[in-house]
Amino acid sequence: MMLLTHSHTLLASPPCDAFLRLLDGRPVGEQKELLNKWNEMGTDEPDLSLFRPVYAPKDFLEVLINLRNPNYENGDSLSFRTHLGLIQVPLKVKDIPELKECFAELGLNTGQLGIDDSTQVPPELFENEHVRIGQKVLAEQDSAAAQQYIRQGSPTALRAELWALILNISSQPEDILYYEQLKMNVIQHDLLVDSLIYKDVKLTASNDDYYFVFEDYLYQMKKQRFRTQAHTATRNPSQICQFSSPVLLCFSRDTSVLGHFAYNSASPPKSYIRGKLGLEEYAVFYPPNGVIPFHGFSMYVAPLCFLYHEPYKLYQIFREMYVRFFFRLHSISSHPSGIVSLCLLFETLLQTYLPQLFYHLREIGAQPLRISFKWMVRAFSGYLATDQLLLLWDRILGYNSLEILAVLAAAVFAFRAVNLMEVTSLAAAEAVLADLSTLKVMPLLQIFLFATVT
Amino acid sequence: MAGKVKWVTDIEKSVLINNFEKRGWVQVTENEDWNFYWMSVQTIRNVFSVETGYRLSDDQIVNHFPNHYELTRKDLMVKNIKRYRKELEKEGSPLAEKDENGKYLYLDFVPVTYMLPADYNLFVEEFRKSPSSTWIMKPCGKAQGKGIFLINKLSQIKKWSRDSKTSTFVPQSTKEAYVISLYVSNPLLIGGRKFDLRLYVLVSTYRPLRCYMYKLGFCRFCTVKYTPSTSELDNMFVHLTNVAIQKHGEDYNHIHGGKWTVNNLRLYLESTRGKEVTSKLFDEIHWIIVQSLKAVAPVMNNDKHCFECYGYDIIIDDKLKPWLIEVNASPSLTSSTANDRILKYNLINDTLNIAVPNGEIPDCKWNKSPPKEVLGNYEILYDEELAQSDGADRELRSRPGQPLGPRASRTRDSGRSALSTWK
Repeated sequence: MMLLTHSHTLLASPPCDAFLRLLDGRPVGEQKELLNKWNEMGTDEPDLSLFRPVYAPKDFLEVLINLRNPNYENGDSLSFRTHLGLIQVPLKVKDIPELKECFAELGLNTGQLGIDDSTQVPPELFENEHVRIGQKVLAEQDSAAAQQYIRQGSPTALRAELWALILNISSQPEDILYYEQLKMNVIQHDLLVDSLIYKDVKLTASNDDYYFVFEDYLYQMKKQRFRTQAHTATRNPSQICQFSSPVLLCFSRDTSVLGHFAYNSASPPKSYIRGKLGLEEYAVFYPPNGVIPFHGFSMYVAPLCFLYHEPYKLYQIFREMYVRFFFRLHSISSHPSGIVSLCLLFETLLQTYLPQLFYHLREIGAQPLRISFKWMVRAFSGYLATDQLLLLWDRILGYNSLEILAVLAAAVFAFRAVNLMEVTSLAAAEAVLADLSTLKVMPLLQIFLFATVT
Repeated sequence: MAGKVKWVTDIEKSVLINNFEKRGWVQVTENEDWNFYWMSVQTIRNVFSVETGYRLSDDQIVNHFPNHYELTRKDLMVKNIKRYRKELEKEGSPLAEKDENGKYLYLDFVPVTYMLPADYNLFVEEFRKSPSSTWIMKPCGKAQGKGIFLINKLSQIKKWSRDSKTSTFVPQSTKEAYVISLYVSNPLLIGGRKFDLRLYVLVSTYRPLRCYMYKLGFCRFCTVKYTPSTSELDNMFVHLTNVAIQKHGEDYNHIHGGKWTVNNLRLYLESTRGKEVTSKLFDEIHWIIVQSLKAVAPVMNNDKHCFECYGYDIIIDDKLKPWLIEVNASPSLTSSTANDRILKYNLINDTLNIAVPNGEIPDCKWNKSPPKEVLGNYEILYDEELAQSDGADRELRSRPGQPLGPRASRTRDSGRSALSTWK
């Protein structure tokens, strides 16, 4: 696998220690020491200068661009049917009439949060009633109704519960216990992939205007001097767990995530115990959850920190969001919500409905997908303002599909088309599209789907 | 009204100067004829002092009230609020209502505070009632977190006791005056960190009171996780949110500067706590700002040449109760991040639009009632004139605090704010 060959760049020094740590737990004495060190003053960070992310979205894009169906004969001559974009796999994607049908509730005649709750609109016209219906849906704990309801957006105060309802998260005592066990696992066993996560959080979430506040929920980085707690540490390890909520670290160790590979066309990477290469009885999935994080991975979790402040809840919601949606954004499949289809959908929409823009950008060496890919892979997290992002993710849940990401990407290009027509280089095009933080997502989608002359 | 506005400043900050220049105003020195002087607090003291002061003419405006320190000095602010509360109590106002423990229901928004050394004995009495509490010592006349420290033992402030034999300073020297307040040791934490709110409030006149709140306030986060542990009382990175302090911390990040917009805070609170309690919190914040201004209004020199833009510092505790920590007369115009620069630039811009209408040479006799269109990111916080003329036909409008984004207050179109539904 092409991706795994990059793993040699992960290793700091010396390699054999790292592999040992893959599989071995720590002796009790060492664990105690670790618990003490956990609370020591100063940063106890590993030296990460030699670590690089396994892959970044643009590496992944290169892989996708080179996908071909060996059975498909395109012919050498260009015709009006020729796809001018980067993706050369002929998957079926929807056109605007089909999307309008699919996303009917985003139409001009239906009330939306993100549009019809703006200041100029009196709340009696839509918002109040919508909130009332939302409360009713929650009271009846009707998951299907919640999914239908949320297509028009969720009121901020109800969102956390609605998402939990739609994702069927109920936080039973056994769920909380499972999470606590994962946390203990984090303390007792070190994983190489922890360093990747650490580095990713430091590179992305920690620098983000919205999410920097939650960096400790993603990975506990700063170990402060708690002189009194150092003593507690040796007596009661679970007390330390209260201070750190390493969602991503727990996630790497959560073998229940392996279950999603049943419907994911990717396979989890395997590793073999020393000296037993190729012998299945000695195979171990690595990381334990089978998911190698890439650069930007922590941004899937960051927005959720705005909704859930109980760590186990945050964890459950993230895990469910991952195994239902996010995994599709970085594995190769023919699923309509898979990243390949999304890329193709985006390119097709642009080529069909904004042909002049598409052609122009292609001519100046600025293939649109090269710019929009990173937005889609991250489900726009870190690019949109948080309140807008949450309105977008409402619709992902409501329609149980990621296609809206491709539609939004195309809508953004349409919105900035005038400026884009004037640029003459890829760098200039990137600059025009560098800052999406002021965009209002729902009007853009609505105009693109329902108000553009096609 | 020909001629361009002539401006002077003794604060060399680009957010100011760029704003003057973009209006085509002309820079002059303070010895020449000037129309607009953005001065530091030292300078305002000279302008209005008995010996060196001079009369301002009708076409001159300055950015401070002569005795702003009634609000912006920590000890005087507390004194004025205490006096205000007693007055309301004496006249039997319902605002001064107390609960069964003797705490004001509506006016308890400043932590218990004493002046040192003057109130030392009173303080000791209070301290002994709950000896495990933490108190914060702040020098009256300093800013940026300088000289602040926390104590939890009487011995730590021995030298302020009046009959202390070790005391060597001159009594009542204003430079050494401190206030000691009950420390809010249960602040609301987000991501495990303490933060405070910086809100900008513009006052154009005190009598009648007319004040505006800038919608784009921000939260300042500590770089280090909060702990009330007594072993960390001297760790300023845990306790003091001033950027001047935090920026020296190891984990200070220059990209976001540890700042969150108030809208982010709102989104977070609404999502995790619900809309009602969040709206209530913001209403309370507006309330305490207005009450603090009302408290000092009677003693303020309501000079018609003056306006002032204050920096209010507010801390929210874990019961979602806001506390007024202090008011700054000269909020920092230094920008710590790119967003910060944009915010402060716009703040000055909107402030000037209100204080100097149309950017023309001012006339102090004007009624200080700007049209709604020039408010920019300000919204009316309280307009005493409008509130009084309202009288009985005032109805409760929709809640003033709106969630998220560039949403203006819904009551803008009425010219008065729902924030002033209480008198």
